[in-house]
Amino acid sequence: MPGTRIQLRYLAHARSGDKGDTANVGLIALAPELYPVLEAQVTAKRVARHFKGMVSGVERFELPNLTALNFLLHGALDGGGTLSLKTDAQGKVFSTALLRMEIDLPRKLANRWRNRDE
Amino acid sequence: MSRPRTVRVAAGQGFWGDWLEAPLRQVRGGPIDYLVLDYLAEVTMSILQKQRSRDPATGYARDFVSQMERILPDVADKGIRVISNAGGVNPRACATAVRAAADRLGLGETIRIGLVTGDDLMGRLDELVAGGEPFANMDTGRPLSDVRDHVRAANAYLGMAPVVEALQRGANVVITGRVTDTGLTLGPLVHEFGWQPDDWDRIAAGTIAGHILECGAQSSGGNLLKDWRSVKRLDDVGFPIVEAQADGSFTVTKHRGTGGVVNVASVTEQLVYEMGDPNAYITPDGVADFTTIQLRQTAKDRVHVSGIRGRPRTPMLKVSVAWFYGYKAVGTLVYSWPDAVDKAKAADAILRKRLKSLGLTFEQVLTELVGVNATHGRLGGDPDPDIAEVMLRIGVRAREREPVERFSREIAPLVLTGPPSVTGFAGGRPQVEEIVAYWPALLTRELIEPLVRVELL
Repeated sequence: MPGTRIQLRYLAHARSGDKGDTANVGLIALAPELYPVLEAQVTAKRVARHFKGMVSGVERFELPNLTALNFLLHGALDGGGTLSLKTDAQGKVFSTALLRMEIDLPRKLANRWRNRDE
Repeated sequence: MSRPRTVRVAAGQGFWGDWLEAPLRQVRGGPIDYLVLDYLAEVTMSILQKQRSRDPATGYARDFVSQMERILPDVADKGIRVISNAGGVNPRACATAVRAAADRLGLGETIRIGLVTGDDLMGRLDELVAGGEPFANMDTGRPLSDVRDHVRAANAYLGMAPVVEALQRGANVVITGRVTDTGLTLGPLVHEFGWQPDDWDRIAAGTIAGHILECGAQSSGGNLLKDWRSVKRLDDVGFPIVEAQADGSFTVTKHRGTGGVVNVASVTEQLVYEMGDPNAYITPDGVADFTTIQLRQTAKDRVHVSGIRGRPRTPMLKVSVAWFYGYKAVGTLVYSWPDAVDKAKAADAILRKRLKSLGLTFEQVLTELVGVNATHGRLGGDPDPDIAEVMLRIGVRAREREPVERFSREIAPLVLTGPPSVTGFAGGRPQVEEIVAYWPALLTRELIEPLVRVELL
């Protein structure tokens, strides 16, 4: 049963940083009930597809204690650190680019979380 | 010897260039025992290295000395101790300058400066390589011999041990070079609570406390994405304070009456910042497991942190080698409505043709349209055809200076020889910057730790 298509920005907050040519994105559920949804749907494979052409590989780590997932986006920073010519050479806002991704929100959660800002 | 029940460690700076008012506000805004000021990042080390190569008396965060002049009377009066890695690539010059500032203020008797050296490996590099250390690049596996002639600096990341030693010998201002950000906070906790260096859970707890403090207000409401509009009075933001207990649990808070917020979201965002594998956050002092952290809001602007588990430290220390790579420059121009995006793209094409016909070769030429695709790439979607303006931003990188220098002279001509409706060229020619790149490597502790020194000035 498909749920409601919804952008991650309505379900999670995020912060990112860098380590060499890798950007990390920590994706944090806005409420504990949303964490299992993120864990099930925001897989390394889906994230790699979301960033296709922008990164060379994606790793995912789980932090259920913080209701957070941590993604390592390899090859994301055009060389990284001092070499990169990018505006966002240190990946500071890669986090927000992940929040554009859409997932299916199960119906029982949809009423509460759908487009809360609207 | 009786141990204190609570030790308050306050963050004063999250990087070199952070809010200049923060240290004084931390010292005067309420009770604290320690003030930690983190100045160093790899980029910072490279800037300091450049400065020292021009003038051997420099190479440290000079802001720190003027900050210390402002806070030393309060520090002396209240018995606060200050710990900072502001020494950069020249901690001795930094400590000497702070010593002179304390003397000028008539605090010569009260202020005892602990100077930590031994992280600088530049003078020993050839000896270490000759001794069989390859300094293999942690990312590529290549040996350092690939770039040996271009090396500008080599520093080991030291842990909390020399900070603890300085405090035990009576220093109330500790100045270091490349001590880890987390070691600056862990040091005083180990000193105060008498934690054993192999008490891995507590070492991990103090390390995570350090991680929460190391970026200043980034854990107390600054740069907080969740409900960002609801974060009040950031103009008056309170920097974070850790109130630590002997068992390794601690509370993150800030001074009463300050702006910003300390909540589970603000602390969590900082915890995941620059995170690699959360199961193994490796520092010189131990390995912390971020999947064991438990957070609980106990009151307004108070988050309790507990449950942290750690594992033994590794036998290696990380070394960061800075090496001269080449040159880069970035030029920008602003194009206005109508057809702003098309004009910017046309200008980019013209510039690229000119660079090509001049026979210039670059490692890379990168074009971004700020307002369209600079931060999210193609994910930003198609630009609004009626967009009011767009900034064309072109960067180039080369191993030689000459093509980059010539590129920097090709931006301005576009104003009169390219597409119309262009402005925003007040800043002059783009600056040609030297690129210092990083070469991360591992070295066994035994080669570094015996040469780490603590002196009292």
